[in-house]
Amino acid sequence: MPVNPVGDAIKLEGLEKSFGDWPVLWDLDLTLGWGQFLVIFGGNGVGKSTLLRILSTQARADAGKALIAGYDLRRNPQAVRSRVGVVAHQTFLYDDLTALENLVYYGRLFGLDDPEKKADEALSRLGMDRRSGQRLRSLSHGMQKRVAIARAIMHRPSILLLDEPESGLDRGSVELLRELLQEWAASGRAVVMTTHDTELGFSWTGQLGLLAEGKLHLRGPEGSGDSADFRRRVTVSLGASR
Amino acid sequence: MMQLLRPVLILVRKDILLEWRSRDLVVSMLVFSLLIVVVFNFALNVTPQQVTVLAPGIIWVTFAFAATLAMNRSFVREMEQGGLAGLLLSPVSRDAIFLGKALGSFLFMLLVEAALLPVFGALLNFPVLSFTLVLTIVMATLGFALVGTLFSAIAVQTRSREIMLPVLFFPVILPVIIAAVEASSASIGSEPGVGLNRWLPLLAIFDALFLVICPWVFAVVVEE
Repeated sequence: MPVNPVGDAIKLEGLEKSFGDWPVLWDLDLTLGWGQFLVIFGGNGVGKSTLLRILSTQARADAGKALIAGYDLRRNPQAVRSRVGVVAHQTFLYDDLTALENLVYYGRLFGLDDPEKKADEALSRLGMDRRSGQRLRSLSHGMQKRVAIARAIMHRPSILLLDEPESGLDRGSVELLRELLQEWAASGRAVVMTTHDTELGFSWTGQLGLLAEGKLHLRGPEGSGDSADFRRRVTVSLGASR
Repeated sequence: MMQLLRPVLILVRKDILLEWRSRDLVVSMLVFSLLIVVVFNFALNVTPQQVTVLAPGIIWVTFAFAATLAMNRSFVREMEQGGLAGLLLSPVSRDAIFLGKALGSFLFMLLVEAALLPVFGALLNFPVLSFTLVLTIVMATLGFALVGTLFSAIAVQTRSREIMLPVLFFPVILPVIIAAVEASSASIGSEPGVGLNRWLPLLAIFDALFLVICPWVFAVVVEE
C-alpha cells in the first residue's frame, strides 16, 4: 500500500546551480515516482551533494522548479523538511549526548508523539539498541553513521536522501542499509542516494543515474544497448574524476 | 505561540544538558571574569569615593568580555558535527531556532553574572542587592544574548570566527553597554531613580528592537 499515492515524489525542471562563475547543475530535469529508488553515480565535484542539499532545502537553486512530495521547495520549505530524511557526510549529532538522547532531541523537534519509543525503534532497526546509552563520542565512526541513519528514518519521512551513506560502514552494515532502503521504497516511499562506488550501486535494485556535466542521465531499460553504454559511461566518468 | 515556544524549550534543554556534560562554557566564563575582576581591582585600587564612578565600568567590561566567550561557543558547538545543519533540516521556524539559542546563552550569562555579583560587591564594596542593578543586568544581558547570538551565527561561518565576533558584536552592542553603565552607576550611587527613569527605558527599547530585528536577520543569514 503506497503511503503517498498522489503525484510524484520528486519533480525537478530546469534546475540550475552555480558557485560564483562555476556552474555545477544546469537545466537538470528529474521525475521520481513514489516507490522508486534512485542511485546517482558521479565523480567528485560533479554536484551530487549539491543536488541533495537543494532537495533537502539546505541550499537554494539559482533557477528551475522543484517539487518535493508535491510541495514547492521555495514556497513551502518547512513542509518539505518534515517529509524528507537526510543522511549526509556529517552526522548532525552531538558528541556529548548519547545515541538515544540525540534521537529523542530530533524526535521532539519533529514533533513526534512518544519520541523515546520512536528513537528506540529506529536504533533497533539499525542494530544500535545495545549502544543507545553510550555517548556519541565513544562510538566508532561506522556506529555513529548508523545512529545518523536512525535519526534520518525516525520520523518516517516520505523521501530519504542519502549522500554516500555507505562510507564508513562495514559490509554487514551496508547489507543492513540495503535492506532498509529497499524496504523503504517498497512501502511506497522514495529513496535517492548518491555513491561513487560502482560495484555497490550496480548491485542494488533501483533506477540508476549518472550526474555529469550538470545533468542527470538515467540508465535505459535493463538488457538494452543503452544499459551497457550507461555502465561504460559511469566507469569513464568516475575514472576521470580520480 | 506554543508552536514557537515548544522548539525554543527543546533547544534550551539540549544546550543545558550539553553544558552540564561538558561544563566548558560556564567554567571558562567564570574563570575569565574572575581574572578580569582581580586585575581591575589591583590595577585601579578603587577607593570608596571612586566606587560609583569605576565599579559600573568594571562590571560591564567584565560582563561584555564574558559574553563574547559565551557567544563564541554558542554556534561552534552546533557546527562540530553539523548540529546546526540538522537543526535547520527540522521543521522548526528559524525564529524558534534563534530564540532557543539566544535564551540558552542568556541563561548561561545570567548564571555567571549571578556568581560574579557578590565578588564585585565584596571587592569593590557596594550593595549588590539593588532592584535597579539586578533589572539593569537582566535587561542588558538580554541585549547581549540577542545581538551576540546573531553575530555568532554570522561569525561561525567565517574562517577567523574568534576575531570576527567581537569586531561585529561590540560596535552594535555599544549603546546597550553605555545605557547599562549609566543605569548601574545611578543604582550604585545615590540616584537609583535616574537609572529607572532614563536608562532602563532605553535598555528596554534596545531589547525590543533587537528582539524584532535579530531573528529576522538570522533567518536570512542561515539560508545557505
